[in-house]
Amino acid sequence: MAGVSVLVQGSWRDTLSRFAYQLKKSPMTMLGLGIIVVVLAAVAGAGWLAPYDPNQIGLVHRLAPPSAQHWFGTDEVGRDIFSRVLFGGRQSVGVGLFVAFASSIVGSAAGCFSGVMGGRVDSIVMRAMDVVLSVPSLVLTMALAAALGPSLFNAMLAITIVRIPFYVRLARGQTLGIREMAYVKAARTFGATRRHIVSWHIARNALSPIIVQTTLDIGNAILMAAALGFIGLGAQQPTAEWGAMVATGRNYLLDQWWYTVFPGFAILITAMGFNLLGDGVRDMLDPRLKVK
Amino acid sequence: MSWLPIVKKRLFSLVLVVIGVSLITFVISHLIPGDPARLIAGERATPAIVAHIRHQLGLDLPLYEQYWHYLVRLAHGDLGMSIRTHRPVLQDIRAFFPATLELALVALFLATLIGIPLGVLSAVYRNKTVDQVVRTISVTGISTPAFWLGLGLIVVFYGRLGWFPGGGRLDQGLAPPADITGFYLVDSLLTGNIPVFFNALKHIVLPAFTLGFVHLGIVARQIRSAMLEQLGEDYVRTARAFGLSRMTVVVHHALPNALIPSITVLGLALGDLLYGAVLTETVFGWPGMGAYVVESIQALDFPAVMGFAVVVSFVYVLLNLVIDLLYRWIDPRITGVS
Amino acid sequence: MADATMPGQARATPDAVLDVRDLCLEFPVYKGSVKALNGVSLRVGPGEIVGVVGESGSGKSVTAMAALRLLPPGGFTVTGGTLTLLGRDVLAATEKDMRAVRGRDAAMIFQEPLTALNPTKRIGAQLADVILCHQNLTKTQVRDKAVALLRDMYISDPEQILRRYPFELSGGMRQRVMIALAFSCDPRLLIADEPTTALDVTVQRQVLLLLQEKARERGTAVLFITHDMAVVSQFCDRVYVMYAGSVVEQGNTREVMARPRHPYTRGLLQGLPENAPPATVLPSIRGQVPDMAALPRGCAFRDRCDHADDACAVRPALRSLDGDAARKAACWHVLVEEPAP
Repeated sequence: MAGVSVLVQGSWRDTLSRFAYQLKKSPMTMLGLGIIVVVLAAVAGAGWLAPYDPNQIGLVHRLAPPSAQHWFGTDEVGRDIFSRVLFGGRQSVGVGLFVAFASSIVGSAAGCFSGVMGGRVDSIVMRAMDVVLSVPSLVLTMALAAALGPSLFNAMLAITIVRIPFYVRLARGQTLGIREMAYVKAARTFGATRRHIVSWHIARNALSPIIVQTTLDIGNAILMAAALGFIGLGAQQPTAEWGAMVATGRNYLLDQWWYTVFPGFAILITAMGFNLLGDGVRDMLDPRLKVK
Repeated sequence: MSWLPIVKKRLFSLVLVVIGVSLITFVISHLIPGDPARLIAGERATPAIVAHIRHQLGLDLPLYEQYWHYLVRLAHGDLGMSIRTHRPVLQDIRAFFPATLELALVALFLATLIGIPLGVLSAVYRNKTVDQVVRTISVTGISTPAFWLGLGLIVVFYGRLGWFPGGGRLDQGLAPPADITGFYLVDSLLTGNIPVFFNALKHIVLPAFTLGFVHLGIVARQIRSAMLEQLGEDYVRTARAFGLSRMTVVVHHALPNALIPSITVLGLALGDLLYGAVLTETVFGWPGMGAYVVESIQALDFPAVMGFAVVVSFVYVLLNLVIDLLYRWIDPRITGVS
Repeated sequence: MADATMPGQARATPDAVLDVRDLCLEFPVYKGSVKALNGVSLRVGPGEIVGVVGESGSGKSVTAMAALRLLPPGGFTVTGGTLTLLGRDVLAATEKDMRAVRGRDAAMIFQEPLTALNPTKRIGAQLADVILCHQNLTKTQVRDKAVALLRDMYISDPEQILRRYPFELSGGMRQRVMIALAFSCDPRLLIADEPTTALDVTVQRQVLLLLQEKARERGTAVLFITHDMAVVSQFCDRVYVMYAGSVVEQGNTREVMARPRHPYTRGLLQGLPENAPPATVLPSIRGQVPDMAALPRGCAFRDRCDHADDACAVRPALRSLDGDAARKAACWHVLVEEPAP
């Protein structure tokens, strides 16, 4: 477990200005942040930005190529793909954020608990987590989502549940590490105020891998949700969903390429934004990668 | 005999995992509404026939008994019968596994062939342009939905350019080579069947690249990270202090040491590729386990899904064991006295 | 080998093996930069064993690394001064030039021998790497040379050792291997950065004696970096005392040890167990090393000095004492000579 981290000294304001300094040094993280801001704005503001109602059918101009009226073209019943991509983003991004935070919070709490309890409870929990983690997550998620029934909520639930064991293991490891740290033992000899400060720093150090992982997970969750959408689990028609759009577009792949390309590209860009940010967060919080 | 305890530990793990996995998938498959007996019997069956089938399959027994029977059968290598294909699941999997393995291996080969040098360059020229480019490629790789990339490649390289076929392992009408290993590339070479070899090669390029592209990113990042760690080590400083050239230090000292811990990641990548092939196979019509399991999920054919999960988990644990042993064998510090 | 001609050798002070003048070096950190070296001058003559003493952060290791241009490129800037190694200008040299020098004309050994050697390569392979890098020999010749080197370092059964991995050897043995590596190409200068700090006390003395013996034998000059005054007093001909990026006192070792003129040096010597009366608390210098990113304007030692006054608001220059050019101290209140404690 990492020892003293970059964040040990200083107050929150200091941490934030350090964050800004390192942010400026890493153009890719800034790019990620930029992408996320644009995507979030576009998705949240879909109501204003979308030129058409995403469900509005217009069989006259079905399967139309990209043009000034329809930036991303239209689908097989004439719906504007650009609008559908904007609204579909709500599903994908929403799922991504929800899954990452829910699994992180629930899993970490459970892992912390397990670590603190120790003994038999801890062993059993860890064994159970090991078992779940050895099932390939994609398959397990798909199976679970299929069993629960195809719907956006069930997809979200399935992805979250499958992700939780990872955080349980991570948080438990961190908890155990904390207990063993030399300066925790030393802290016990300090007075009450210093102990408080040391505990605060310990908590922050222990949290950084979890924070890093959560940020990185957002991108993965978005990809997973899209994968589920692709095979027909997840948000159902007529709700727009990026993965499902790629799947339907597959039927018209060779001639109406825009149908598949644009929604898929949206998935790519969004996941990339979150991954870039996650990488940046990890570089900032992981002291081991610093040059000696 | 430093490896004996770990072998024992892993085998124990194996048993636990198989049981655990089967339990999980068993629970999941009983979450579904609907009556499997009715599904098998078909729509026109009379209630009597449905009841008969239900009894035959033991579906009228209490759940824990059903599970127990399943475990017993599992111990004998019987994974049950697929509802969709009406064949034993094990037979299905055995038929489709080589195709997936071949694809996964070629993809892994491509990913490491390109990924390792990229990772090294990225670490050596840290934060310079090369690094930024490689990191961009890496991030793009892990952010790309494989199914979309596959479709995109089909549009461009099949639809527009016609350079590669759009799916399958061989052209329609071409007979597959003699089944020795199940790998078309290997078998065709072994039997001297050159036209089939090239045909199979053409078919594997796009799907392997699709699969491999994601892992290219993972490999490059892993190597970059491992290399950065090695390059920060004291022995690198010593080597430089004694005048060894950059190239020598990087390739002959740092890289081998970086590869040792990376073996774990690379080995796991193979595991990931095996089941990550799921959607890529679907997109390319590749007749492998992945396509099989997706169709099974969509058809709610849970014996098949359970069978797949159990097999893949089994393979995964075995793979972990092999990796662990390999790691111990390669790192002289663990091997012990020379 | 001893007199190999090197381009650019016809320069000032041709007899100095290492000549550092007014070297100023800083590296950027968050919110400004750290002045690692603030006008450091030192000189190592041929065959001399020169010690550089100071606490961590004093700049002694940075000076050593700078001498071989081993500091990470781009991580630091030289803002003044010159550095001449065996007649060539290190600051202006190309990397290619430096690579030819490193390991051959000047060698460096480090503190922790376990991590300083490649953990997954055998000793023999690592020795061969260095030897082959600078000399064109056949495999057998390399092997013979390696065996001879190890034997010279009083390592018994060198053939066996060649086949071992670093983790299989003891700390002392590893450091002997490092020393063998260092002497493999008969360098004119050996820089030793805290070579014994990580070793057991009993082994320390052996290694130091070995180093001294081999250096004298081959006429190799040694720049010995350490924080341990006791070691310096036993092994170095001359010593430089560094504090917060500058040299505060220098001179003949015996002289400096017996009659320290800078308060810092005095403080260090007083803290040695052998100098303190028995059964007393070892005196230590009050205060702490200053933050290198925000050095005070005047004398860096001011806040910790019992003799400081307003004059110390101006940074004192290094001045000769008693007309002796080799004996200097940087203090406005140079201590009056006192008999040895």
